[in-house]
Amino acid sequence: MSDIVISVRNLTKCFGDFVAVDHISFDVYRGEIFGFLGANGAGKTTAMRMLCGLSFPTSGEGSVAGCDVQCEGERIKRHIGYMSQRFSLYNDLSVWENMDLFAGIYGLSKKETAERAAELLAKLDFVSERDTLVGALPLGWKQKLSFAIATIHRPEVVFLDEPTGGVDPVTRRQFWEMIYEAADAGTTIFVTTHYMDEAEYCSRVSIMVDGVVRALDTPARLKQQFAAGSMDEVFRILARGARRGE
Amino acid sequence: MKNNFLSFVKKESLHILRDRRTMLIVVLIPIVLMVLFGFAISTEVNDIKVAAVAPDRTDGVRDAVERLARNDYFTFCGYTDNRSIDALLRSGKTDAVVVFAADFDRRMQSAASGLPSSPAIQLILDASNVNTAGAATAYLQGVLLGAESQQSLFETRMLFNPQMKSAFNFVPGIMGLIFILVCAMMTSVSIVREKEVGTMEVLLVSPVRPFKIIFAKMIPYFAISCCVLILILLLARYLLGVPMSGGVAGIFSLSLLYLVLSLSLGLLVSTIARTQVAALLISAMVMMMPILMLSGMLFPIENLPKFFQTVSLLVPTRWYIDAVRKMMIQGASVVEVWQDCVILFCMTALVLGVSLKKFNDKLE
Repeated sequence: MSDIVISVRNLTKCFGDFVAVDHISFDVYRGEIFGFLGANGAGKTTAMRMLCGLSFPTSGEGSVAGCDVQCEGERIKRHIGYMSQRFSLYNDLSVWENMDLFAGIYGLSKKETAERAAELLAKLDFVSERDTLVGALPLGWKQKLSFAIATIHRPEVVFLDEPTGGVDPVTRRQFWEMIYEAADAGTTIFVTTHYMDEAEYCSRVSIMVDGVVRALDTPARLKQQFAAGSMDEVFRILARGARRGE
Repeated sequence: MKNNFLSFVKKESLHILRDRRTMLIVVLIPIVLMVLFGFAISTEVNDIKVAAVAPDRTDGVRDAVERLARNDYFTFCGYTDNRSIDALLRSGKTDAVVVFAADFDRRMQSAASGLPSSPAIQLILDASNVNTAGAATAYLQGVLLGAESQQSLFETRMLFNPQMKSAFNFVPGIMGLIFILVCAMMTSVSIVREKEVGTMEVLLVSPVRPFKIIFAKMIPYFAISCCVLILILLLARYLLGVPMSGGVAGIFSLSLLYLVLSLSLGLLVSTIARTQVAALLISAMVMMMPILMLSGMLFPIENLPKFFQTVSLLVPTRWYIDAVRKMMIQGASVVEVWQDCVILFCMTALVLGVSLKKFNDKLE
């Protein structure tokens, strides 16, 4: 757990006078499930966009999978996987066609694609659904497929932006099992969520308030530190001081 | 990284092929429009129903009426009297009534010998449709004066479209309209759909460059449009008999330029619109209306008010239709319509530049 995959020092992003992300610093280790929490407007999304190479920081340094966030945005994209809160595969393409597309996007060869797709289909128990249109699958299955496809190119880090929004508890549970499995296999998971019970599943959790990281530790130690019974309480204690609204 | 572009083209093609209904519409609309405008809708005036009022059926009168009855454009409905004219026109049983003067022969003779005389014939027309009435007047005058035409002052020759087929005129207009429909509307909707559904987000986080995503999107639509273009040209040549005397190659290459322009317009719309409905509305209202009204497709530009004539200079379709008309019907070569080509080219470059810039700005 000493191998650092994401390293951020004083990362700042301003939009005009507004400081969306204010000098945040943290490290994320390989194989860790890193929970990135914060109320709406706390700067989570902005920070995540910088880590994904989608926008450039105003100041500060950071590296993701060995690539610099200031100048290697395009290289970062090749080493990360991304799954958004909205289901974002193509409903009018089949399971296999979706896999083929994203494998193609990440530059996998035909042979690699076939192998990797077979592997993922077997793991998801989806072999019989290979040619089913994704639109016809139940939501829980889609979510799992989405995650599988986000890891099709074996990225070092997977960014999950509120991956379980609108999903029932049973499916959420199954989804988290997949996340654990991936983390065990050495993939680093960077996840944002609104569900505080999910925060308990993370190896370490950071809580952002008003563009600043206010707490960062394992869920157990955070609860101890704030003398709280659950992560939900910890979050409330921290978020109470927030000045930014929605 | 090379094959990720192909993956995209494949994906876009699959989207289009899966969407059977849209496919069908894209192929059917041109055919329907061509047939509709080619055969059903025409500005030619046919089958004008004419009645005659003649107090005195002299030889001269009968001669004139016979010429009317023989003419293909007219259907002679028989003689009537002064009192029923209004009722006949009102009921729509006739479109025009020819009233001969009582001393028709004498008046014609004095007119022929250059003596001053009062009119020999009165034409009464149902002008509720201005175009029909106007054309009918011209035809009636021509036919009724037929006897005197030997000494007519004018000799008229209609060049390029001697039968005055309106279909010739419509084909370029339909082309101008359809490519905007297929390229601009469909690409914009398809780009905006990805934004709306959320897939665009995932694509932007991937290592594919945004401009590649866009170009990959354009390629299948470009291919479809090429098929539609070929289809239209075939229909125009063999079904409607449009001469295409300026050379098919020229028409084709100019159309390709216009396709690129339409695709760029679609991209521009997609950078403005946030939802598919908005994209559809912008394409329909902001682009279709000017094209229908101001491109010269339906109404001659010269007939527009000065203000709209100026606005029409900005409508790309105006230049495209103008050039295609010249090449298809007048037999002009590409070189002869160079002005239109240059204008279209500049417009394409401008729109493409602006939309690519806007697209990139949106990403940050």
